[in-house]
Amino acid sequence: MDSDEDERIPLRQRPEWSDITPVPQDDGPNPVVPIAYSEEFAETMDYFRAVYLADERSLRALQLTTEAIHFNAGNYTVWQFRRVILEALNADLHDELEFVEHLASKNAKNYQLWHHRRWVAEKLGSEAAGRELEFTKNIFLNDAKNYHAWSHRQWVLQNLGGWENELSYCDKLLEDDIFNNSAWNQRYFVITRHPGIGGIEGIRDSEVNYTIKAIMTKPENESPWRYLRGLYKNNIKAFITDPKVSTVCLKVLTSKVNSVFALSLLLDLLVHGFEPTQELKTALESLIPESNNSDSDIAARVCSILEVMDPMRVNYWRWRKKSLFSC
Amino acid sequence: MIGMEPSSSSAEWKPTASQEEQWALERHVFHIYQLFCNIPPKSQAVMLELQRDNHIEYLMKGLRHLGPSFSVLDANRPWICYWILHSIALLGESVDDALESNTIDFISRCQDQHGGYGGGPGQMPHLATTYAAVNSLITLGGHRSLSSINRGKIYSFLQRMKHPSGGFSMHDGGEVDVRACYTAISVASALCILDKELTQGVGDYILSCQTYEGGIAGEPGSEAHGGYTFCGLATMILINEANRLDLPSLTDWLVFRQGVEGGFQGRTNKLVDGCYSFWQGGAAVLLQRLHEAGDLFQSHALQQYILLCSQVEGGFRDKPGKSRDHYHTCYCLSGLAAAQFRWSKDADREPLPGLVLGPYSNLLEPIDPLHNIVFEQFDEAREFFTESQHCDDA
Ligand SMILES: [Zn+2]
Repeated sequence: MDSDEDERIPLRQRPEWSDITPVPQDDGPNPVVPIAYSEEFAETMDYFRAVYLADERSLRALQLTTEAIHFNAGNYTVWQFRRVILEALNADLHDELEFVEHLASKNAKNYQLWHHRRWVAEKLGSEAAGRELEFTKNIFLNDAKNYHAWSHRQWVLQNLGGWENELSYCDKLLEDDIFNNSAWNQRYFVITRHPGIGGIEGIRDSEVNYTIKAIMTKPENESPWRYLRGLYKNNIKAFITDPKVSTVCLKVLTSKVNSVFALSLLLDLLVHGFEPTQELKTALESLIPESNNSDSDIAARVCSILEVMDPMRVNYWRWRKKSLFSC
Repeated sequence: MIGMEPSSSSAEWKPTASQEEQWALERHVFHIYQLFCNIPPKSQAVMLELQRDNHIEYLMKGLRHLGPSFSVLDANRPWICYWILHSIALLGESVDDALESNTIDFISRCQDQHGGYGGGPGQMPHLATTYAAVNSLITLGGHRSLSSINRGKIYSFLQRMKHPSGGFSMHDGGEVDVRACYTAISVASALCILDKELTQGVGDYILSCQTYEGGIAGEPGSEAHGGYTFCGLATMILINEANRLDLPSLTDWLVFRQGVEGGFQGRTNKLVDGCYSFWQGGAAVLLQRLHEAGDLFQSHALQQYILLCSQVEGGFRDKPGKSRDHYHTCYCLSGLAAAQFRWSKDADREPLPGLVLGPYSNLLEPIDPLHNIVFEQFDEAREFFTESQHCDDA
């Protein structure tokens, strides 16, 4: 299609299609949301319907799906029929990879494209792993948070392998942009699912150090704060007893920077039974110099500070405070 | 929340791509808010007014005609119907008899002979377009519309889409994700055909998609995301398993998605976008109901973002600088409705109007937030399907 984009020969004038009677769309006499299709679009779809209804699994039908997908990459029926044809023809799926790669430059957020890619990669098996990882890497050059590409990459790692350099790839992306939450999520994916890492418990210590470093460079960055909590998921005891967690709260609270996330983490610690040190209590006091705060409970005091410091979530912090005493 | 621009100082300081984007948007939005603050109250009221007539005109036009550029949505036509019809219903209007009849006729042509609706006539049935078609027909209401839905065949379509993981496939050979679960379960619930066979394993699947951040992802391992969080949470409520989720962390993640601009972002450290007014705002409303709490987010700030930043002359958009479309119009209005009402504890009772930003005439029709259908028509459909055939609650 690319070569003849400017001078497309209508299907009805192509001899190889002369035996096919196109099937028009059954829109009815007075359709709503009618689309003013271009002539080429309408013709392509009329011929597609004809081969689809006839279940014609041929090379020309395959080529027709290529044309139809170029017109509208969102037509899942066309994609599905294309897979049926590819199987019937026992086609070389490496060509299919190129087809998808070419399309992805314009349709990187299309569900069908990624679903198709996964299907192809699954057929090709572990030999495809390297190319798939490379493919998503290229997508991330333009859009480091492309949701579909990340899902695809995770699927590849889990089903085809290629875990070896994934953690350092996360390092690199986070070096480029420490606010890239998709990269943080991928990091979590790696440390919890990498078959060679053996679970979160073994790697927690070094990950906590990495995360705290990230927090200290940009305390206003929510991503590492959530990641830090994630490192203690399913291990509340470690969460409230690991001095590193409360220390990072203290450090941020005393450094006069945005401390909403530090306070919010501290609140979670307190709710789970953490006993604050005198140092932490003093740091909190200094955040409310007027000391017009009458909350005797320290968690409630944290909520009160957050109500003032984080007005967008004032309702939430009030509710959190109320919830402290309801159970 | 990425925070404010630093007050200079450190020399080696270099903003990242995420920060650059965020600050550019903040400048744009705060410029609008500043403009708003500096005009007399009368002009402010005008700026905050919901431009009902313009929106209706834009929506009606879309029902009647769509240009060639809409060809990329050729497999989403029931969605376009829903985005438009639901928006019209939220605005308290309805289509005339001829349009109503044409809509029922057109959507029927998308119905597959073995059950479910496709993206257009002759296309394979698909869960998402089935959701859009069913919601459109319920929104139209009335006997002809509701009885055009073949519930028995939809049930067997849903059964066919059931996946061994516990989730659902979008279509034959289609992708399995949280969206597929929601559209399947929502349709089954709205049509009163939800049973144990359909719900089996769904809760486990959704649970496996809740991330360390607290929100819900499209697939296990992926990043917490507003659209999937709404879908996952609504699904869990519909199958009566919401308490299996980590609700405190879900709530915490969700309230932090409201940005300084007042609107919601879809993911941590991404830009706010008008459509998340519903995906996140709607999920917040669902959480408020579960927690039996009052407002958990800033409803006024959200309404302000929708009215001043997303609203254009006829339709709504993602953010300033983007153009309007039917999708964002539908979900900005749905989000506005979610923000305008106070929800009674009794889930079956109609919500009460709360604080409406701007003139009181901005008040929209209340929605059932689980299915995102206007309450009155949703109720009518419930009654219709309960009476016409047995409605067995799973
Ligand atoms: Zn959007």
